Amino acid sequence: MLEAILSAVISVTAIGIICAVMLVVAAKFMSVPENEKVKKIRECLPGANCGACGYTGCDGYAKALGEEEGVKTNLCIPGGDKTSKDISDILGVEFEDTIEQVATVRCCGDCNATSKKAEYKGVQSCKAARMIFGGENLCTFGCLGYGDCAAVCPNDAICIENGIAHIDTRKCIGCGLCAKACPNSIIHMMPDVKRNVITCSNKEKGALAKQKCKNACIACRKCEKTCPSGAITVKDNLASIDYDKCTNCGACDDVCPVGCIREADHSGAFKN
Amino acid sequence: MKELAYIIFTSILVNNYVLTKFLGICPFLGVSKKLGQATGMGIAVTFVMLLANSATWPINNFILVPFELEYLQTIVFILVIAALVQLVEIILKKYIPALHASLGIYLPLITTNCAVLGVVKNNISDGYGFLESSASALGCGLGFLLAMVLFAGVRERIETSNPPKSFQGVPITLVSAAIVSLSFYGFAGVIDSLFA
Repeated sequence: MLEAILSAVISVTAIGIICAVMLVVAAKFMSVPENEKVKKIRECLPGANCGACGYTGCDGYAKALGEEEGVKTNLCIPGGDKTSKDISDILGVEFEDTIEQVATVRCCGDCNATSKKAEYKGVQSCKAARMIFGGENLCTFGCLGYGDCAAVCPNDAICIENGIAHIDTRKCIGCGLCAKACPNSIIHMMPDVKRNVITCSNKEKGALAKQKCKNACIACRKCEKTCPSGAITVKDNLASIDYDKCTNCGACDDVCPVGCIREADHSGAFKN
Repeated sequence: MKELAYIIFTSILVNNYVLTKFLGICPFLGVSKKLGQATGMGIAVTFVMLLANSATWPINNFILVPFELEYLQTIVFILVIAALVQLVEIILKKYIPALHASLGIYLPLITTNCAVLGVVKNNISDGYGFLESSASALGCGLGFLLAMVLFAGVRERIETSNPPKSFQGVPITLVSAAIVSLSFYGFAGVIDSLFA
C-alpha cells in the first residue's frame, strides 16, 4: 500500500521536476528580450483606440513607433503635444509639434433658417434618412440631424440642437470619427485655434440655395473680394477658406450678407 | 502501411474529434469566425497533437505501465502537455518568430484543449503502438483542421444571412454546427468499405 502511494508520488514529482527544469533552462537560454520601448510608449498614449494616427489602435501605434524606423511621433491627436513630447523623449528623437485638430460642422441650417419638405418616420439615422430623396430637409447638403456623428463620438462632444449637430470643442479630441460617419461629409477637421469657418455646404446656385435656407452661402463672392490675404475662393457656388493663407482677420465674417461665415470659439457654439 | 492510412482516414472523417466526439468545441466555436484564423488554429492543434503524442506515449509505456500507475494518466498527461506547449512556444519565439506570430495566442490556448488530451488518452486505450498512435494523432489534427475550415465557411455564410432575431448569434451557430456534424455521420460506412 505504502509502496504504491510512494511510487505514484515520486514518479509524478519526478516528471513535474523534469518538466520544470526543462522550462527554466529553455526560458533562460532562449528568452527574447521584450521591447521595453513599446511598453513605455504604450503607457504614454491615451488609450482611446480611436485610430486617428492611422494605425489599428494605441497598441498598433506603440508597436510601430518602437519597432519601425521613421514613424512620426506626433500622429496621436487626442494625446496632443504632451504625448508627442513623451514619446520623443523615450525614442530620443526631436520633438515635433502635434497639430491638434477639432471637428467643425459646416452647416448652420437650424430649424429657424430652413424647413422640411416631408416628414420622415423611418430608421432614426442620418444614413437611412439620406437614402430617401436626400433626407427630409429642403437642403440636401446640410446636417440631417439624426446624430450619426454623436453616436460614434468617443467623448460625448456632439449634441444635436435645434436640428443640427453642435460640437463642443473643449471635449473634442480630434479623432475624426464623426467626419467619417457623416453621410453628407459636412464635418471637417480643422486646426484647433479660433477660426473663421464657412458654415454651409450647399453647392446650389445662390437663388435656389437662399430659397431653401436663410443661412446658405449664396456665392456672392464678397468674402473673396474682401479677404486681404486671398485665402477665400468661391468654387461650385460655395466659398472655401485656405487655412494656410488665412490670417484670421475676420474681415469675411463682417461682410458676409447671409452670415454663414462665423468664428468658431472653443465652447463649440458659433458666435455671430 | 494500409493500417496507418486506415487509421488516418478514420480519424479524419469517421471519428472526427469535433464533429462526432464533441471534443474541442470551445475553439471550434470561438475561433471559426474567419478562415485565416481557423486555419491557423487547426494547424497549431495538429502540431501540438503530434508532439503531445510523441511525448506521452513513451511516458505511458516506459514509466506508468512498469510501475502500474496507469490511473495517473490524466494528471501526468496534462502536466506534460502544458509544459511541452510552453516549451514549444519559447523555442518558436526564439528561432521562428514568424511562425510564432502567426500562431499567436492559439498556441497557449491549446494547452488546455480537451481534444489534445482526448487524442492521447484514446490512443493508449486503443492499444496503439508508437507509429499507429502518431498516425492517429496526425489524423485527428487534420480532422480538426478540416472541421474548422468547413465551419469557417459556414460561419461566413451565416454572417451575411438574416436569421430570425431569437436565432441570431450563438443559437444559429450551434444549430449550423449540429447540421455540419450530422453530415459527417454519412462518412461512417465509406471508410470501412474503402479499406475492406
